[in-house]
Amino acid sequence: MTQPRDDTRDDAPATASKRGDAAVEALSGTIAEAQGSHILGRAVTINKPADELFAFFRDFANLPSFMENVVSIDVLDDTRSHWVVKGPIGRVEWTARVTEEQPGRLIAWTSEEGAQIPNSGRVEFKPVEGRGTVVTATILYDPPGGIVGKVIAKMFQREPGIQARRDLRRFKQLMETGEVATPAMNPKQFEEMGL
Amino acid sequence: MKALAWHGKHDVRIDNVPDPEIVNPRDCIIKVTSTAICGSDLHLYDGYIPTMKAGDVLGHEFMGEVVEVGANSTLKKGQRVVVPFTIACGSCYHCGKHQYSACPNGLPADNQDIAQELYGHEMSALFGYSHMTGGYAGGQAEYVRVPFSDVGPIVIPDGVDDDKVLFLSDILPTGWQAAEYAEIEPGDTVAVWGCGPVGLFSVQSAFLMGAARVIAIDHFPHRLELAKKFGAETINFEESSVYDALMEMTGGIGPDAVIDAVGLEAHGLFVDNVVDQIKASTFLGTDRPHSIRQAIIACRKGGRVSMPAVYGGFVDKFPLGAFMEKGLTLKTGQTHVQHYMPALLNAIMEDKIDTTFLISHRMPLEEAPKGYKMFHDQQNEVTKIVLKTGMQSAA
Ligand SMILES: NC(=O)c1ccc[n+]([C@@H]2O[C@H](COP(=O)([O-])OP(=O)(O)OC[C@H]3O[C@@H](n4cnc5c(N)ncnc54)[C@H](O)[C@@H]3O)[C@@H](O)[C@H]2O)c1
Ligand SMILES: [Zn+2]
Ligand SMILES: [Zn+2]
Repeated sequence: MTQPRDDTRDDAPATASKRGDAAVEALSGTIAEAQGSHILGRAVTINKPADELFAFFRDFANLPSFMENVVSIDVLDDTRSHWVVKGPIGRVEWTARVTEEQPGRLIAWTSEEGAQIPNSGRVEFKPVEGRGTVVTATILYDPPGGIVGKVIAKMFQREPGIQARRDLRRFKQLMETGEVATPAMNPKQFEEMGL
Repeated sequence: MKALAWHGKHDVRIDNVPDPEIVNPRDCIIKVTSTAICGSDLHLYDGYIPTMKAGDVLGHEFMGEVVEVGANSTLKKGQRVVVPFTIACGSCYHCGKHQYSACPNGLPADNQDIAQELYGHEMSALFGYSHMTGGYAGGQAEYVRVPFSDVGPIVIPDGVDDDKVLFLSDILPTGWQAAEYAEIEPGDTVAVWGCGPVGLFSVQSAFLMGAARVIAIDHFPHRLELAKKFGAETINFEESSVYDALMEMTGGIGPDAVIDAVGLEAHGLFVDNVVDQIKASTFLGTDRPHSIRQAIIACRKGGRVSMPAVYGGFVDKFPLGAFMEKGLTLKTGQTHVQHYMPALLNAIMEDKIDTTFLISHRMPLEEAPKGYKMFHDQQNEVTKIVLKTGMQSAA
């Protein structure tokens, strides 16, 4: 799927737009069954083949090993999974459905009816000669409890933007080194630090 | 175990802390035998480095015996190793280019935010050097947890004394990299600001790389004396004007390459330095970069500037005009220690590089707080303090 071209726009990714609504507009078109009023996008380069990264990511049960705020992910069937996530005001849950999949390249999802934080997004895996794979995550979401929720989230550092950035760094660490970095002095402390 | 912990400005203590354990599969645990206090540790001691927490264990120059290994470590119990102060994974893009101090994979994801905000990018994790660099407990302790032990530590052959190889952990590679970054050509004159451990190893390295002359600058007579021992000419900046001296000594050309081995705590009552000190103490600026200014002004046109010295934030009055007009190049950075270790170990074994000359004091780990005070207060005589575990106190 390619981004709709607009000749008046520059070549910077829409997620870097200074106008939030423009970014949402531009990217909604790239996500099937898009929902969510806020956007975040992150790219990270991981020194591993795209197929390997995709395979690890596609097995959703693997995701809690680097996503800090994810409490659990139950895989319901081939396209549906149930997510329990630590939010700023307690746990939030939703069921996600895969809306698009290109093995080794792309996976997109949307949350089903009744999600506490409606969200949708896509993760792309693009091989880069000599550097591995650029992994780009684009997520649309409705922040919990509107503006207040966003402020609280920031205070607790669970603002989705910060969280996604850290999760992607941990994904990189796990894939490149087989571990998630920690200054913990022992396994118990590591557990308490929560990744 | 016993460990040297930071509690605030000029307040370090021996604390009792839990022994480290294996956490990740590539970890090992080292029983420390020797560990040194570094000029960089003085920046922590003087309270210049943000994101320190009371109880943080210091020390990034250490070596010892492997006593425990994780499932994926390639080390064996009983091996003696020197540990690089930069924590690097060995498998990322930067490690592939041997830019180990740029490796992001040892730095916990949450700690990466600060550097990303401040510098635009995250840096490698370091041992015992604030939470911005990972919050890892350091090696001024009886035991240390060492991540990525399959690629970091270098194994030392039996029978080689600790004191000979300990400085492979930081200051020897740092002095060497500084000289390499000066891109020395045969016949060159190289000027080195600062005759601390880094400056002194730069002096030795510069000669080994073919410099015809090395001019060393400091104000401590004993430190200048050490530089002289390796063949350097000296300038005492309290007695002579550095710029004038350098111009006369180089026939008006200026040194072909300059090395700043001083850093953010430059000494001396220079006007710009005093202004910087006032600003630093009122948090308007944290760095006092007198030496780098002087080095740039003295450097010959088209010359090279190498800056191993550590700067953390923003600097005022950086002579960007002189830098541009004279067409200088600058190379700097935390040392890619892992890259240099094997060759430098060989150079030590072949007696091409002298390391032990630097050690002025050896003391038990338990006396580390006294060591910090001495190193801080008496820089002339105290060139390097090595702390030993299991050593009897002299007192
Ligand atoms: N790049 C790296 O990876 C790396 C590694 C280790 C140390 N360092 C840094 O290198 C620097 C030197 O380390 P060190 O252990 O040798 O420190 P040190 O404090 O022992 O030595 C600094 C020397 O500079 C002298 N000095 C102070 N002001 C001066 C001036 N205006 N002109 C000339 N000399 C002056 C001091 O008298 C002292 O002898 C520090 O900034 C340290 O943080 C960098
Ligand atoms: Zn050091
Ligand atoms: Zn790396």
